[in-house]
Amino acid sequence: MRQSGYTIWLLTLSLAAATFGAIVYATGMGHIVVPGGDILRVIAARITSNPALLAGIDPVIPFVVFDVRLPRILTATLVGGGLAMSGVIYQGILLNPLADPYTLGVSSGAAFGAALALVANLSMMGNFSVPLFAFTGAALTLLVVLYLSSFNGQISANTLILSGVIVGAILAAGISFLKYLADEQVAVIIFWLMGSFASRTWLDVGVVTVALLCGLLLSLFYARDLNILSLGNRSADTLGVESTRVRWILLLSASLVTAVCVSVSGIIGFIGLIVPHLMRFLVGPDNRKLLPVSVLAGALLLLVADTVTRAVLPVEVPIGVLTALIGGPFFCVLFRRRQRKAI
Amino acid sequence: MTIACGFELTGVGFAYGEIQALAGLDISLAPGRFYGIVGPNGCGKTTFLDLLTGTKFPDQGSITFMGQPVAGYRRRDLARMVALVPQDFGIDFAFTVQEVVLMGRHPHIGRFASPAAEDWRQVDAAMEAIGISHFKDRFVNELSGGEKQRVVVARALAQQTPYLLFDEATSSLDVQYTMQIFNVAKRLVQEEGRTVIAVIHNLNLAAAYCDELIFMQKGKVAASGPTDTVLDPALIKKVFGVESRVAFDEFSNTQQISFRYWS
Repeated sequence: MRQSGYTIWLLTLSLAAATFGAIVYATGMGHIVVPGGDILRVIAARITSNPALLAGIDPVIPFVVFDVRLPRILTATLVGGGLAMSGVIYQGILLNPLADPYTLGVSSGAAFGAALALVANLSMMGNFSVPLFAFTGAALTLLVVLYLSSFNGQISANTLILSGVIVGAILAAGISFLKYLADEQVAVIIFWLMGSFASRTWLDVGVVTVALLCGLLLSLFYARDLNILSLGNRSADTLGVESTRVRWILLLSASLVTAVCVSVSGIIGFIGLIVPHLMRFLVGPDNRKLLPVSVLAGALLLLVADTVTRAVLPVEVPIGVLTALIGGPFFCVLFRRRQRKAI
Repeated sequence: MTIACGFELTGVGFAYGEIQALAGLDISLAPGRFYGIVGPNGCGKTTFLDLLTGTKFPDQGSITFMGQPVAGYRRRDLARMVALVPQDFGIDFAFTVQEVVLMGRHPHIGRFASPAAEDWRQVDAAMEAIGISHFKDRFVNELSGGEKQRVVVARALAQQTPYLLFDEATSSLDVQYTMQIFNVAKRLVQEEGRTVIAVIHNLNLAAAYCDELIFMQKGKVAASGPTDTVLDPALIKKVFGVESRVAFDEFSNTQQISFRYWS
């Protein structure tokens, strides 16, 4: 099953092409159907500010494409990539192929922050209150988890996972309490928790792009070190990897990317777990190949899932619910296979 | 002026929180020798190796390597000089044997460089020496404990360092593979002047291969010196608490220890 060098390049390129194609195709889907050619013309017209390209296109189309659909579609794509990238890094650092971007409780922190903003009806920062609170919650949670699990600047995989579980449990109780306090507002919290890309803006696209690019560059820079970290700390140190520093840098960047993703989209599970797993099956565990391939595959997968819920299903199912409903059983199959292989 | 080489430990102590793992170690490890570190479980042997590789730093005293404090080396530089074969090797990811051995070349390959012909040559030579070439394409997470151990030894060999540290590197190997690995190590010491520092549980193995033995007990050096002179039933009784006899054995051509297994 494992593919070799040339095939991996081909896989990366086809994933990139498929993602681009899916973005254009998905933009055309929805209540108003827009042909692919028109979409490209609308985009070209915006970029070159040449109104001549819009000749013969309904004036509402540029608005639908550019201000409604593209921000949502691009946000979904980028968040998918970001979650998959964080998944690869977490699995590598925690030495556990079953870890995911939420293992350290980043999602619970974000959820708590968002719930707080929703319950207290905080709107001093307008529409930004919820994402800002979510991000702050995620970042603070991360700090607490890291503080709990580090000793003399060293962090071990097991204590990280345990600290994540402990802090996550406390926050879950906190969220329940907030829901209780919220009374009629509780529906808003629940909807946020289930994740959504509805009414995303270009600002969201920008923020996630910056986070994803920084995270991806850093992780590719340290990708070979991350490979060696999977041999364990002692081996990595004696092979010339500054393992403590590399772990901190990668852990922080993956967590911040996750925090940004969660704060714009809510909690979307399984992408960060399944995509790295599947891609590792195809390209092997070498993070230099695994990272780019996973980012593209995660992007494509979440885009497809969001498009299905937005434009295919008769009712919009919350995206977090959809990914868990499809991803969960699928993961069970994978997990079962792995166990049978281990025996 | 004498040029300092090898490891020089003065008054070295190390504690895990309240527990003093090592205390008052004064010892020099000269290049070109085969050192064996022996002692009961939990006497600080692994911690001792960790201090030599700079993965831990002493709480008291100082350790220098080639005249410089170990703490002053960049990891990458130290990794070109000192390789470690660790005791534990758990890996959950499906790297191939060859990929893991190639990781031994990490300190020699630039960050964005690809492995050069020399790197591949060293990887092949290391796998050949340990006799694992025939399964170089298998996944390490699917190997047996003994096979994994040999992969890690090959990885350390590929690192091409003047100093090689073994932490119980043959604990899950049968006598044939154990001898193969120690023969390779012995040849590196005798023919290439490299230094081997090995934690060994099997005293007869230590007696057969090591030029010098360091007996450790409760975080201290109980005795150290050339194997022939230091090996002694009274010392073994003191350190391990068992009765033994030390005698030259013609067949193995070394000092061997017999134990009174039960009475």
